[in-house]
Amino acid sequence: MSDVSRDTMLLTTPFHSRVEAMCDLNDWGNWMGYTTPNAYFDVELEYFAIRSTTGVFDLSPMNKYRVTGPDAQRYLDRLITRDVSKIGVNRVGYAIWCDDNGQVMDDGTIFRLGEQDYRICSYQRADDWLAWNTLGFDVTIENESAAVVGLAVQGPTSCTVLTLLGCTDLNQLKPFGIAHYTFEGRPMMVSRTGFTGDLGYEVWVPPESAEALWDQLFELGRDYLIKPIGSHALELARIEAGFLQANVDFMPAEEVVRVGRTRSPFELGLDWLVDFKKPLFNGRSALLKEQEKGSRYRFAMLDVEGNKPAEHSFILKGDKQVGTVTSAAWCPTAKANIAYAQIEMPHGAVGDELVAEIYYQRELHWTRLLAPCKVIDAPIFKSPKRWQTPAPPH
Amino acid sequence: MNQYDAIVIGAGHNGLTNGAYLAKAGLKVAVLERNPYIGGATVSRELHKGWWYSNCSYVSSLLRPEITRDLELPRHGLQVVSFGGGATFMRNGDYFGNYSDHDRHYRELARHSKRDANAYDRYAADTSLQTKLIRPYLLRTPPDPTSIKPRDLRDLLEFARSFMDLGEEKLLDTIKFWTASVGDYLNEYFETDVIKAHMAGSGIIGTALGVYSPGTAYVLLHHYMGDVDGNVGAWGFARGGMGAIADALSKAFQSYGGEIICDANVDEIIVKNGRAAGVALKDGTEYRAPIVVSNLDPKRTFLDITNPSDLPKDVLKKARNFKIRGSSGKLNIALDGLPVFNGLDPRNRLMAGDLHFSDSLERQERAYDDWKAGTWSKDPYLDMMIPSLTDPTMAPPGKHMMSVFVQYAPPKVEGREWTDEDKDGFEKSVIDQISNYSPNFRDLILHCETRTPREIEAEVGLTEGNIFMGELTFDQLLFNRPFPGYAQYRSPIKGMYMCSSGTHPGGGVMAAPGANAAREILADLKKPNTVPGGYADD
Amino acid sequence: MTDYDAVIIGAGHNGLVCAGYLAKAGKRVLVVDGRSDPGGCASTREFSAGFQVSDCAQWLSQFDQSIVKELDLKGNGLRLGQPKCTISLQPDSDHLIVDGDTISGAGVDSADQAAYRDFKKMVAGFAKLMTTLYRTRPPKLVEQNWTDRLTLMKLGLGLKLLGRERLRDLMRIVMINIYDVMNEHFSHSALKSTIALDAVTGTNMGPRSPNTVYSYLHRATGEHLGQSGTTQVMGGMGALGQSLAGAAEKSGATLKLSSRVSAITKTDDRVTGITLDSGETVSAKIVVSSADPTTTFRDLLGYDQMETGMAKRVEHYRSRSGTAKLHLALSALPTFKGLEATQLSQRLVITPSMDGMEQALNPMKYRELSTLHTFDISIPTIEDPALAPAGQHVLSAIVHYVPYAPDIGWETGKPQLLSQLISELETYAPGIGKLVMASELVVPSDLEASHGMTGGNWNHGELSIDQALMMRPFPGSTQYATGVEGLYLCGAGAHPGGGLQGLPGRNAAKEILKRGAL
Repeated sequence: MSDVSRDTMLLTTPFHSRVEAMCDLNDWGNWMGYTTPNAYFDVELEYFAIRSTTGVFDLSPMNKYRVTGPDAQRYLDRLITRDVSKIGVNRVGYAIWCDDNGQVMDDGTIFRLGEQDYRICSYQRADDWLAWNTLGFDVTIENESAAVVGLAVQGPTSCTVLTLLGCTDLNQLKPFGIAHYTFEGRPMMVSRTGFTGDLGYEVWVPPESAEALWDQLFELGRDYLIKPIGSHALELARIEAGFLQANVDFMPAEEVVRVGRTRSPFELGLDWLVDFKKPLFNGRSALLKEQEKGSRYRFAMLDVEGNKPAEHSFILKGDKQVGTVTSAAWCPTAKANIAYAQIEMPHGAVGDELVAEIYYQRELHWTRLLAPCKVIDAPIFKSPKRWQTPAPPH
Repeated sequence: MNQYDAIVIGAGHNGLTNGAYLAKAGLKVAVLERNPYIGGATVSRELHKGWWYSNCSYVSSLLRPEITRDLELPRHGLQVVSFGGGATFMRNGDYFGNYSDHDRHYRELARHSKRDANAYDRYAADTSLQTKLIRPYLLRTPPDPTSIKPRDLRDLLEFARSFMDLGEEKLLDTIKFWTASVGDYLNEYFETDVIKAHMAGSGIIGTALGVYSPGTAYVLLHHYMGDVDGNVGAWGFARGGMGAIADALSKAFQSYGGEIICDANVDEIIVKNGRAAGVALKDGTEYRAPIVVSNLDPKRTFLDITNPSDLPKDVLKKARNFKIRGSSGKLNIALDGLPVFNGLDPRNRLMAGDLHFSDSLERQERAYDDWKAGTWSKDPYLDMMIPSLTDPTMAPPGKHMMSVFVQYAPPKVEGREWTDEDKDGFEKSVIDQISNYSPNFRDLILHCETRTPREIEAEVGLTEGNIFMGELTFDQLLFNRPFPGYAQYRSPIKGMYMCSSGTHPGGGVMAAPGANAAREILADLKKPNTVPGGYADD
Repeated sequence: MTDYDAVIIGAGHNGLVCAGYLAKAGKRVLVVDGRSDPGGCASTREFSAGFQVSDCAQWLSQFDQSIVKELDLKGNGLRLGQPKCTISLQPDSDHLIVDGDTISGAGVDSADQAAYRDFKKMVAGFAKLMTTLYRTRPPKLVEQNWTDRLTLMKLGLGLKLLGRERLRDLMRIVMINIYDVMNEHFSHSALKSTIALDAVTGTNMGPRSPNTVYSYLHRATGEHLGQSGTTQVMGGMGALGQSLAGAAEKSGATLKLSSRVSAITKTDDRVTGITLDSGETVSAKIVVSSADPTTTFRDLLGYDQMETGMAKRVEHYRSRSGTAKLHLALSALPTFKGLEATQLSQRLVITPSMDGMEQALNPMKYRELSTLHTFDISIPTIEDPALAPAGQHVLSAIVHYVPYAPDIGWETGKPQLLSQLISELETYAPGIGKLVMASELVVPSDLEASHGMTGGNWNHGELSIDQALMMRPFPGSTQYATGVEGLYLCGAGAHPGGGLQGLPGRNAAKEILKRGAL
């Protein structure tokens, strides 16, 4: 029977024994082929752990690629649209990468670990594209996805909890900074990064440290009300905080089958990540052309009237359909009804007033709601704690 | 009285489909079949007591769902059951498993190469784009690019537009795909031999070309463009064997009042005053009808059962030049139990899929070299199935039925007809190959039916035993199938039509040629159309 | 102010043609080449003391007539020999002679003779049509502008004029293989293989390979453009290079030979010049490369200087070839069975049947040496005795089905193959082995090294449909401009492709001038 049991469709992360023990709801999802919890005990309460205490999220299925070699920086500079040289050693930068047509393939974070030593952390797998990109560069790419596992430790008390774990002076770490520690004799890297828009860290360790790390975090964090969070709670937090998600808010360009379904950085509101001062990066000439000719879509954050989340809604301007919603949620902290939408040009400029066509049901009774909405210019949730250094104690 | 409104020659799946749509429109239709049983190459036969063989075609994916539904084939007993997966066994004792679950498939690919595992998503997307381009044209008559009829111009424009919409670069990539060899195409995605070889198989099945021959990437597409319940590219078994498809079609046909006449071997199509008037059988019987539809391949249609004096010279020449190349054979084997393959637990679900033993493109190409030299492959490419793992009606409980499709087998051996010794040699090369990977296989064999192109041609009437009734190369596809100028199902003789797999969109148990031909016939008769259009495929 | 308006990389025939036209238009042009003589593949070399040979291309048949006139190549010393007929040598010495559209010998019957005339007529019709496309930049299909639309309209008209039946023939045969087309037209085996030879030489394909009809039509189109018949250039092919160089220089272009380009220089986002092996740099408004696409983009520009998708396309560009050259210095004129001495100056070919050619191809696919080859032989010293010491001769043969890199290695493989080839020749020319004073076997990897052609492919990339016409060399770099600002292509890797035609150079020059790139 050995082969058949090896044939289990989903893998588990090195934290799984602990995750499983805490997953009261036994509500599981599939993330990158891993069994991951949708929710542990209550989505709403988990969400509030992020905003008011500390929430812990198992990041292990994220894809991690180590980029080293004399050309590492040049390599990355051609790969991504922003200027890599502006990311200092022990700093992290958010980045996107495009194909030659200037269409977004994925977003991710670039960890600069040394002069010519980087780690790319991405949602999508990128082995093939990263390998193609090595043509002409003296650089080595190593898939570290299994060798480095991680927990996102996010929320107002996160700094305190991690300090108790031995992360000395962690409160001095600036946003997007990296600090190195030792945990039980093995390296532990902490970056002040996250997907929640709050004070928060990501803790990276080898898989051997996983269970002990989880145990100690929850032991030390008990008094600081540390809680595990599942993907549903994280989803709420990221929408509130204005983060895009591949395969939800845009399709990775290489996996798109139908003509016209890819999006450029401009069409995702990511202009700030494109640096034309660089003479060469993938998509540059196409994006220059787009800048000249204009984009097809605009990415809009919508403040939707009422309290019905505008999930999968059409967006109308008058009678005309001008867009569709990609992500939507009622945001519990901001007490706002937020939606991300792709809007056809020229609509969707900040301040534009549109209508969301929302369908919702109560007791099998479906209602169509035309909710006015307005394009806003920034994420609805902005926590000053996210940017404060030293980090506030709670 | 042997008078009908229409006569269809050949009770294969296309003949029956064609007959069904004509009968549904109110015509009095007879389908004539040479054999004592119907089905043609879509047949199930009990050649060993208790074992049923789909002894020609063996899997279903391309059968148009629009037709299945419209002719109510499920009500007439047809059940197509999806199967998942497959494997290629390697010489080093390992295997490559093709799992239907995406994540599991990724992990299996990654076990051989992480890069290939990731590239697979790009490959799947690019290949899907190509299937999406072609699928809308399956249930349509191809336009004639040399014609200036409004209908042709309109269809051509639409056809051109769907390609232009791709944009310059994707359009050129499409041309590349349509002309490339499957080997070169796969090389642009994958680095691992066994992964390429596993996928390349679909590019050569039924085709007299090698994996390095340009044009084989399209053949791959031909195997990808079907679906089972909307899962594009999925394949299934007809419960009870492929004959279940012919049976259901025949019941649908009969429910509309159609008549099937077996043991009716057509000698010649009767032409009077330049119009088809009926057919004469070899035994002298005549059947009269103003519409005669041939479901035989284009060579047989024009060179065997049509009087050459009734045909324009160019059509005779085109029929002679039409490329039908025997390139495959088949073994149907009754097994006393389940064979065990090196490295794979027999309980693994991959066992229910398509199994292969060619672990490199080079081995596949060498198999083709043998065919070019006029002999069967010494190390053949096999597409092997054990349908009894999915369908309990195929063999007694605990026993198994195995279907082994073999590539390549030449139509003639070194220029001469196949002999029984050749057949034994062919069989041995297949059994030996399987035995190399399965220690208990040989001892499990209870009965083996071996079919070289000679047997397939003699029994089913497929020229040279070619399963697609004509090579699927671009010179014989779309508006070129079977020949330029005659791709709209009409023969040069008024009242005589073609509906076989030798017409657009080709072979593979699609039933589309039969349906498309019926639509054209009904249009000529100014009868309301009974043939459904294709589902929108977005 | 840049040193030049345009720097052209490579003094091959296309580079020189392009230089000639740009210089004639008053542009400041520099042509650089690592070889000491101009001409590239149109080159003559002393391969053994006193013996000169056209060491790459040996026949001139496709050179565009308008270039000969417009650049006044005759005024610059180009002298052609007599047009040749093709003699296909048969084992029984009853040789097949193809002269224009007439065929004699080898027992070819009148049906095949008539069929050959029809075939030539059909091919001429197609070639004429292709000429429309060959003498202009390849049109884009989607992002067309007026130039492209005009070309497409002309092409459409040409298709219409072909007539419905011919158009249907074209639709069908253009994608298929020469093997089927031959079998459809002819019954004589040697006739079929003699024609098929022209479809496969220079490629890595056998007659059964789809695409070979296209490669045949490509050659036929060249012959339609050339109108010269198959001839040799007096003084060897190098003389063509000299006359092209002369023409370019007369118009004011500068030639810098024996100077290898080491890199194409890019400043910010555009190409600004070149760097030579010596370290010297030259600046220019544009750089036009007649080197093959792989050499141009991978080796000279560098993959790190382009977007990744383009690098990927270059990596996928295929340049395989199975064609080698055999050069023999002979102490006397050899005797070929069944041939008069006067016939030896003609184009002599040896080829097995089409099935035999397929058998010959098989080992090559697996990096093995074949025991069967095709030969396209020239004994240039009969018409041009100056190429060898008096009374002695040179035999030059294009030999097909030679692997690029055999598993046994060339050190072992070369002597083995050489004796194999001479023994194959002995069948037709008994005693030839004894006349050999010196010999040289130039395998594809040698051609790659000596003439800078990736894979030794003289077409600068396989001429398969997906790398031809509006797809040449690859999407994104199709109209002589490349995906990199300031860098242009003018070699055989650009439309319409290889063979001594000169059209890529001419078309590129016209496109550069039209765009106002200078």
